[in-house]
Amino acid sequence: MQKTSGARSEIRAFSSEIGKKPPRILIAKPGLDGHDRGALVVSRALRDAGFEVIYLGLYGTIDQIIQVAIQEDVEIIGLSILSGTHLKVAKRLIERIREKKGWKVKTAIGGIIPDEDIPKLRRLGIDVIVPTGTPISKVGEFLKGALKKGSEKKVKRRAAI
Amino acid sequence: MEHRSIEKRKFETDSGIPVVQFYSEGDIQDLEARLGLPGKPPFTRGPYETMYRGRLWTMRQYSGMGDASQSNKRYKYLLAQGQTGLSVAFDLPTQLGYDSDDEIAEDDVGVVGVAISSLKDIEELFEGIPIDQVSTHLNINATAPVIFAMYLAMAEKRGIDISLLRGTLQNDILKEFLARKAFIFPPEPSVRLVCDVIEYSIKNVPEFNPVSVTGFHVKEMGASSIQEVAFCLSDAISYSQELIRRGLDFDKFASNLSFHFACGRDFFEEIAKFRAARRIWSKVARERFHSKKEESERLRFFSGGSGAVLPAQEPINNVVRSSMQCLAAVLGGAQSIHVMAYDEALSIPTEESVKICLRTQQIIAYESAVTKTVDPLGGSFFIERLTDQLEEKILEKMNQIDAVWGGMPNAVVRGYPQREVIDRAYKQEIDIESGKRVVVGRNKYTTQSKSRIEIQHPDEKASLLQKKRVKALRRKRDAKLVAAALDKVKLACENSNANVIPVLIEAVKTYATVGEITAVMKLAFGTYKDPGLVV
Repeated sequence: MQKTSGARSEIRAFSSEIGKKPPRILIAKPGLDGHDRGALVVSRALRDAGFEVIYLGLYGTIDQIIQVAIQEDVEIIGLSILSGTHLKVAKRLIERIREKKGWKVKTAIGGIIPDEDIPKLRRLGIDVIVPTGTPISKVGEFLKGALKKGSEKKVKRRAAI
Repeated sequence: MEHRSIEKRKFETDSGIPVVQFYSEGDIQDLEARLGLPGKPPFTRGPYETMYRGRLWTMRQYSGMGDASQSNKRYKYLLAQGQTGLSVAFDLPTQLGYDSDDEIAEDDVGVVGVAISSLKDIEELFEGIPIDQVSTHLNINATAPVIFAMYLAMAEKRGIDISLLRGTLQNDILKEFLARKAFIFPPEPSVRLVCDVIEYSIKNVPEFNPVSVTGFHVKEMGASSIQEVAFCLSDAISYSQELIRRGLDFDKFASNLSFHFACGRDFFEEIAKFRAARRIWSKVARERFHSKKEESERLRFFSGGSGAVLPAQEPINNVVRSSMQCLAAVLGGAQSIHVMAYDEALSIPTEESVKICLRTQQIIAYESAVTKTVDPLGGSFFIERLTDQLEEKILEKMNQIDAVWGGMPNAVVRGYPQREVIDRAYKQEIDIESGKRVVVGRNKYTTQSKSRIEIQHPDEKASLLQKKRVKALRRKRDAKLVAAALDKVKLACENSNANVIPVLIEAVKTYATVGEITAVMKLAFGTYKDPGLVV
């Protein structure tokens, strides 16, 4: 069972590299904040940039978000956080992802993120950080870049065999 | 060369109304009837005859953080710095009906506002503050009935006659479904609760504004000023219809309705918007609701400076932006003003940044001399023409909401206004990135250097203390009394003809918590999941 889903996500990663299948992203707002203008606008922009966007919306717990991410077989989990809780939430997200051994998913956090917290989020393991003011046209690029990093590694491994 | 390029350029207000090269007498034909006198219908020039000559607007900064004692300190600081009315910001758990020690509240306690779980917290919040002399805005919506009950219970315990209390409850649930999203129950019981609060308040707390029908968050979400006012006034119509259905006369509650608009970046359009809104509401009161009293037609509003137009880049520039917004609100005749702090894109205000907000208001009030006459821009060819055009477009939109959408409660569950607003928000973002919409410091005249400013960080200690406090409260109170009171709340909720406020006042006096009361209400009303219709 696990082998099949592993192969499926590898194929998808490879295909999105050559532009055949759209990359899949889950966008959600964890916690209790309902200000979702940013999340909705970014979702719209990513849809226009060729992503398949699953918009989970508001009031999700990290566990609920991860459950849906696995069900929907997404490649990226994108969280929108405006309330200043991004470090706490990032830590919890990465911990929960690592608990699911073998699950390769990229993470992105967007919202109100002070400059000094960006390196902290990187150290925690977040792949893409999108602070307020980031052009929405670039978000798609950054996310595709993060996906490429992962699939490049995989392609190299196959070549070595 | 210059002429050709001007011809090609499109000049429009922020909301898309064409702006011509110059305006003149021809643009204000037959103005007298449409203009009226200050303090008289149709109130274009202002709700009161003397406006700021008689009394300045209330300087009311939205504020709240950590636990009640931390916020109490900040309120005393603000009052000492010249704030003339309080405006309470509640944290998200309180807004959504969770106690501070609820697992789901873990990361959000005291972060964007003050954590309030019980009457004890409200008492501490206003400790040493003369609530019979200072008016207070309670910016709370889904849990407004509970917080209102606590506020009244606190006044009673202090021996204050509640009929003398002045203040406002935001209590506008329809805009939550549309823009702000801090709803709990489905639309029908939510509107019932809004009207329970209004009905109780006009009978028992006549000096209070039990609702502040709000366009602010809709504009912040990306709406134009036209959409903002149309959706807001249509919400007010829906609440009025429900109150009338309950047997109340429009003239009995209309003068207790208040309004809340954003003040954005198009200086003259915002001024004209406020004037148009007053004129439209005056017309609605007279023609739709057949009001017989002049004060029923009077629209009074609170102006919140727009935070959505304050970028994170070069934050000090936002002092300039906020000042212009404040000036527009004053020239537009606001009754109460909040100025957005320069660090709005980064965090809640520090003492320093909020002080500048008050100083902005005070400088305009005491140094600029714009307050010496009522509606100083009245009669301006441009302002009057713009007021007329905004009125026309807003009324057009309101007709669509009525005739095509079937009213706002119907429209919000179908996502009609939400889609329109996000479409516009998306377009605005694209325009910023293409440079078409200039944001100085962000997409034009940018620097690489980062400004070093102090920002307010959430207080972990206060949050932990608050969680302990709630647990301790539960141990100390009489559990039997609480249980009995909660039963009464459930019964009142299940009876659609009952007003829930009296049983809520009794319940909060037993120290039943926000979370416990909300849980009981959820059993009676159910909960609402945003259908996420928009993407």
